Amino acid sequence: MSVPRFWRKIPQRYNLEGTHCEVCGRYFFPPRNLCPDCRRDGKIVAHTFKGTGKIVTYSVIRTASDQFSALTPYVLAIVELEEGARMTAQVVVENPEDVYIGMPVKSVFRRLGTDGESGVISYGTKFVPA
Amino acid sequence: MRDVAVIGVGCTNFGEWWDRSFRNLFVEAGVMAIEDANLAGEQIDAMYVGNMSAGRFIEQEHIGALIADYSGLATDNIPATRVEAACASGGLAFREAVISVASGMTNIAVAAGVEKMTDVDTSLSTDALAAAADREWEGFVGATFPGLYAMIATDYMHRYPLTREHLAQVAIKNHYNGARNPIAQFQKEITLDTVLNSTMVADPLRLFDCSPITDGAAAVVVAPLEMAKKFTDTPIKVLATAQASDTIALHDRRDVSTLDATVAAGNRAFKMAGLERKDIDFVEVHDCFTIAEICAIEDLGFCKKGEAGRLTAEGYTALDGNLPVNTSGGLKACGHPVGATGIKQVYEAVLQLRGEAGKRQVAGAEIGMTHNVGGTGATVAAHIFGRT
Ligand SMILES: [Zn+2]
Repeated sequence: MSVPRFWRKIPQRYNLEGTHCEVCGRYFFPPRNLCPDCRRDGKIVAHTFKGTGKIVTYSVIRTASDQFSALTPYVLAIVELEEGARMTAQVVVENPEDVYIGMPVKSVFRRLGTDGESGVISYGTKFVPA
Repeated sequence: MRDVAVIGVGCTNFGEWWDRSFRNLFVEAGVMAIEDANLAGEQIDAMYVGNMSAGRFIEQEHIGALIADYSGLATDNIPATRVEAACASGGLAFREAVISVASGMTNIAVAAGVEKMTDVDTSLSTDALAAAADREWEGFVGATFPGLYAMIATDYMHRYPLTREHLAQVAIKNHYNGARNPIAQFQKEITLDTVLNSTMVADPLRLFDCSPITDGAAAVVVAPLEMAKKFTDTPIKVLATAQASDTIALHDRRDVSTLDATVAAGNRAFKMAGLERKDIDFVEVHDCFTIAEICAIEDLGFCKKGEAGRLTAEGYTALDGNLPVNTSGGLKACGHPVGATGIKQVYEAVLQLRGEAGKRQVAGAEIGMTHNVGGTGATVAAHIFGRT
């Protein structure tokens, strides 16, 4: 099943470019154009995240759809970035048993998957132990 | 607003039906519901159809019109509307039908749900189901639907005293109930070993923690309560209809292990019905995974956070327990044709309240509840029903 290809042009896929609300102080990744707390009273500005954070929760995926099946088993996690925003990402480790809740991680730029054997390669953010 | 009652129900056998098409399944359930309500087709004013992803599963859209057509109602030109909210599509279709009748715009409405999921391979169905979450920021990085619920389970088990065996007890109970339900996809009881030795899908969830890929359809007919007695001796009153939303992505939730949309929909339903938790005689909850049933029991307020695993192991939620949960076998054993599930839950509640649930009948059931979740909790529909 093919992946919508236009997404490889989204800049936030390659850099942790999110947003920040200067009124309430919240950070958003994925970026939001509207602050859920301040709504239209918020002031949203761009923010590039440092890329460090810790694991909130995780799983080891053993059955996946076609574009990820070659990667199985892989660790999927919710990562809380240092600034406070949370995102879902893969964690690259030698041994999935080493992953734990609270584990410090940092972002790396990696290949995410391929659309079929000779298809478009997609890239994005993964995490490694910090 | 007018009071609304369910006056007819129908449901196909759930399973892998390679010899039956989407439209066959729907027509079978629809005809059963209409016959059950002693209706003639021309008395129907409107149809609401819950369907998650016919576009991916059978490459067919425009489901409202298709279903009106093959129900033989196209020439009556009745309004037919598809409702989509991932796995909560059926629950919301039912709610739309109830609102339509309650408002006075419609007298007789059919609420249906249908999904044909086995016409594609597992990889594609895995991908289609992942669309219930945030495709751009969850699915794109490799999040599967079981994987997201597995992350809920990891978080939950880190914070509360829930064991791997407690989770298995949810599946064992639901298969026990499914074995007493003639429409269930799985009609075999299972043991602890079955669950603990099944294939790991996404740690800590194994194959027997997951609801299956299923074909099926269900339909119910609703009418104003004041008209209901003309059609049936046993109308079942809709005491509450509630719906709530939350963030589409699990990572944006306030608390990964609490489905705030379930909390909100549950509170709204109890307030609307003017009832308390102890008034509920049985509940059909959305157990797409074993951990989902644990969260649902707690988030609906039937016990404190962290207690549902122990209560399940103690038999509190069994057929003969204080609060029977998923008497139908749930999504786990009855099967989970995603768009049909919310309507099948209503079907089960109506059978229980009529006293027609056979070997899985809850003795003296007067008030029942249904709880239907879309995605990992971004949409929830909750309904309460009572005997009249
Ligand atoms: Zn703000």
